[in-house]
Amino acid sequence: MTDTLVPDSPAEIQAAVGYERPETLAWDSKLRRTVTIYIPLALFVIVLLFPFYWMAITSIKPDDEMYDYHRFNPFWVHSPTLHNIEVLLFQTNYPRWLMTTMGIAVAATFLSVGSSVLAAYAIERLKFKGAQHVGLAIYLAYLVPPSILFIPLATLIYQFGLFDNPVALILTYPTFLVPFCTWLLIGYFKSIPYELEECALIDGASRLQILRRITLPLAVPGLISAGIFAFTLSWNEFIYALAFIQSTDKKTVPVAILTELVTGDVYQWGALMAGSLLGSVPVALIYSFFVEYYVSSMTGAVKE
Amino acid sequence: MGTTTADVGLQRLTFTRKPDGWLTRLFDNKSFLVFLCMLPTIGLLVVFLTYPLGLGLWLSMTDATIGQPGEFIGFDNFVDLMSDPIFWMSVTNTIFYTTVATAGKFALGLWLALLLNHHIPFKAFIRAIVLLPWIVPTVLSAIAWWWIYSPQFSIISYVVVDVLHLRDTYINFLGTPWPARWSLIVANIWRGIPFVAITLLAGLQTISPSLYEAALLDGASGWQKFRRITVPLLMPILAVALTLSVLFTFSDFQLVYAITRGGPFNTTHLMATLAFQRAIPGAQLGEGAAIAVSMIPFLIGATLLCFFGVGRRKWQQGEAND
Repeated sequence: MTDTLVPDSPAEIQAAVGYERPETLAWDSKLRRTVTIYIPLALFVIVLLFPFYWMAITSIKPDDEMYDYHRFNPFWVHSPTLHNIEVLLFQTNYPRWLMTTMGIAVAATFLSVGSSVLAAYAIERLKFKGAQHVGLAIYLAYLVPPSILFIPLATLIYQFGLFDNPVALILTYPTFLVPFCTWLLIGYFKSIPYELEECALIDGASRLQILRRITLPLAVPGLISAGIFAFTLSWNEFIYALAFIQSTDKKTVPVAILTELVTGDVYQWGALMAGSLLGSVPVALIYSFFVEYYVSSMTGAVKE
Repeated sequence: MGTTTADVGLQRLTFTRKPDGWLTRLFDNKSFLVFLCMLPTIGLLVVFLTYPLGLGLWLSMTDATIGQPGEFIGFDNFVDLMSDPIFWMSVTNTIFYTTVATAGKFALGLWLALLLNHHIPFKAFIRAIVLLPWIVPTVLSAIAWWWIYSPQFSIISYVVVDVLHLRDTYINFLGTPWPARWSLIVANIWRGIPFVAITLLAGLQTISPSLYEAALLDGASGWQKFRRITVPLLMPILAVALTLSVLFTFSDFQLVYAITRGGPFNTTHLMATLAFQRAIPGAQLGEGAAIAVSMIPFLIGATLLCFFGVGRRKWQQGEAND
């Protein structure tokens, strides 16, 4: 409706907008929808995804294309090559770093989810005296950022003789994983009807039987959420891995790419991008399988 | 919730019980079970979180270096920091970075959430790919930004200079202080938008459409609906998201370390990166710990400000305190 009448001055625009009473009609206008919804949304998607596109395209570009924007359009690859990925896989320790990261992430995830399940069960279902305060304390622990902990933790790790040992990371990652997972699982346990446990109690089940055969099976989606989240967070962790690990072959992917592939002043952008891309693939894969879990756990944990 | 109900010993098909041994009875004792369940979590958190927090306070008052426990020197580290221009620059950088990046993230994130709240095709798919910047390891996407900000081969410069002809020379993104700071802020906003958008979208979806219908009948404009319905009902979730976002932006390390490492000439250091630089490569554990400890008052202040500043609004609206 306003499309046919093009207002000239700002005052007229103001007037046109002010008198737009039949909201529903305007809302249906296709042009309006395109301008106010689809174009901004498309811009958002382009901006949010462009770095990944750029990363992917750089990692398969040969060097002469990568450094010559005038002869080759930089937004496209003319003769794609796997050279960068080959360098990464066969001339560096990259496969080793991937395995280390995977091992650390899996171990830290199991440790964190295991202890979180027990803690969440105790807080939410055993309802002991002071359970609420313990829950609050655990939540506060989530608010302590790793960047104020890594210095004392480094000395602690050194005293334990775990310096330059991946076990140090497995033991320290739970400091941020356990609070998160515990809160996620408390929320999840809340959604399981308590009557089910009462029935089992009446039927003569012990508490451990109840946890193992009733509560845990029902909490599987919550456990998956907590698990994939913990895995992602451990895979992405950087500062502890940077501070506690020194030898090349024990580094995790994010640290290794930044410290081992950046040599001198000449950056091997192709290999760097290929490394970043491959390092993102495991989490991206898991993410693509469990998108709904991510979204629900992210919002669930915030809502708690 | 009697704990001894089980002792009645009703036999059913699903749960067959042997006569209660001492072990069984021990595991049915609630206090013991609570202790057992809490042990791993409390143990991990006390040893690797609470104790290091205290140890950090202690270290900040010593002259410890790597390999040397150091002696108690009182507040000397803090006094030294007071007259350290690099430290003060890191403080102002951190505050500036947190304020601008958080404002950007929430403005754009809220906008994206409102866009995604419409009925659009492929909504689930768009929501999924929009979350990618948040899922991918920060350092790895930061490396992509580093390459985007490259002085010679920046794709942004290419577009600005060679496609749009807006400038004659390539932009030196990371070579001078202010462009470097803004570059870091842009990268941080880029990474933070998805989290804000998806959490706020979850909040938006809990708002009942009937409220908007009622407002429509009352003749409310789009802005009025946003201001009087969306914003107040979004406040509780906004408060939590804001608190978390401010906290993690303030203590950000990865992005700055990966893109500039505090350079050029220490002008883009955040408190976290400066603490790292002094403590680990510089080996001055005590000084690094002092910088890390001086983040704590800021963190507590920011958290309280966000949480109560925004959270109180909700109480003023007359909603129940849940």
